[in-house]
Amino acid sequence: MLPSVRYPRILPVGEAAFTVEFGDAVDEALNRRVHAFDAALQAQPVPGLVETVPTYRSLLVMYDPQVSRAEAMRVALADALAVLATAELPLGRLVEIPVCYGGEADPDLADVAAHCGITAQAVIELHAQPVYTVAMLGFAPGFAYLLGLPEALATPRLATPRLRVPPGSVGIAGAQTGVYALATPGGWRIIGRTDRVLFDPGRAEPFALRAGDRVRFVPL
Amino acid sequence: MSNLATLEVLDPGLLTTVQDAGRKGWARYGVPPSGPLDEVAFSAANALVGNPSDAAALEITLTGPTLRVERECLIAVCGATFDVWAGMLPVPLWHAVYVRAGRIITFGTRLSGARAYLAISGGIALPSFLGSQATYLPGGFGGLDGRALRAGDRLPLGAAPTPNPVQSAGRIWPVDRRPPYMLQPTLRVVLGPQDDYFTAEGVATFLDSAYQLTSEADRMGARLQGLPIAHRGPTGIVSDGVVAGSVQVPPDGQPIVMLADHQTTGGYPKIATVIRADLPLLAQCLPSDGVRFAAVTLAEAQRAFSNLCEGG
Repeated sequence: MLPSVRYPRILPVGEAAFTVEFGDAVDEALNRRVHAFDAALQAQPVPGLVETVPTYRSLLVMYDPQVSRAEAMRVALADALAVLATAELPLGRLVEIPVCYGGEADPDLADVAAHCGITAQAVIELHAQPVYTVAMLGFAPGFAYLLGLPEALATPRLATPRLRVPPGSVGIAGAQTGVYALATPGGWRIIGRTDRVLFDPGRAEPFALRAGDRVRFVPL
Repeated sequence: MSNLATLEVLDPGLLTTVQDAGRKGWARYGVPPSGPLDEVAFSAANALVGNPSDAAALEITLTGPTLRVERECLIAVCGATFDVWAGMLPVPLWHAVYVRAGRIITFGTRLSGARAYLAISGGIALPSFLGSQATYLPGGFGGLDGRALRAGDRLPLGAAPTPNPVQSAGRIWPVDRRPPYMLQPTLRVVLGPQDDYFTAEGVATFLDSAYQLTSEADRMGARLQGLPIAHRGPTGIVSDGVVAGSVQVPPDGQPIVMLADHQTTGGYPKIATVIRADLPLLAQCLPSDGVRFAAVTLAEAQRAFSNLCEGG
């Protein structure tokens, strides 16, 4: 984090987007403000708004400069921020994800247990305990970054990422936990897998998780 | 209207993909826009054959394909300069050209640039995926089964009026509406969002020196090499949103310009964003080609965007 920066701040991302930064930390309260601001913009779209991308600590707002010039958009965003200060934060949907922990295809459960100095069973119990928040979806399609991992489970990511992590994999990287919706390369420590289809382009809502949702893992 | 027909791939070339104007509205789920890297050449090719500007066409990379069209049609090739023939007849670039049914379209020597766009009247009519036919290779979706074309593929074409060979002859895309392709282009940027993560000298280095494209340049991004850009403090940020044109600077100080298939979020500070009007210039650069960056104001960037939208 940089010293002496005052948040929130509205920063240009080229000619057709602004990033609204609420801070520069992985923090649940900060992330909730991002989702609250996102929800406020969805509920009352400002003219020219095209799409938004919520992240841990900022909201990327893409807009059409032909509809709203930069200064008009900056003012509209600042106005929306001013209203937000007093708005109630919405609570996300609760999504339960059944997980098979420690199967043959979950190569890292024992390593995580060893790193944390607890049994594999304790890892499972700890991991399935909290209600997590989907902080953001990103880097790859549908990959869900979850906030709320118990500190005792923090484990560094793999030194060498795997070329293919199957969809449905549940992993740990540092103080974060996450779920892969598509097969992608990845360096997270895989401790479990869900059969739940997290991405199906044929569904009305193709992605099972959206940013702001709350998630509970149910061990099978 | 002529019958629906196909475009047959006899030889795919190095990397030929189906692209339309891109996938809108899915970035919040981690899905990038994809679409053409040189959107000006792509839209011009579509306009020349009478298609909507977002119709699906082919993006052709470095080595071109050989194709057969099953029905008579108009074609246009825009972007990188290739020798192109329809049967025995040369196909001039940035022109609408009438092609008889069954003719073989051959891409020969590439003279300059990296990516050409071939549009066919009626457009390519594959099923859309999340609202778009744009191929996204890393995710394995869009286009034809989420992959580059192969020999033997047959692409369905959309309905189009039977072209009149006489009327359609001679339609040319005006030179002043083509991107000003050049060696060592200067790419205009809007500084930020995280230019304050760099020292004043770091920002000056970025704006005052030339950078070379490395061999790691694909549809996801172009990794550049040159004088390292100095970070002021931390070399990472908590991940935030990325757009096509975002210039990320990892700890080694070598910038990466994100392109249409970019990750939707990233953890490197972004010193600047290349304006949309200038991304086509980068799309046509080859490894070891040089580029420079010049900062413009947001107002100047938006004027360039307006000109782009008006085709000017």
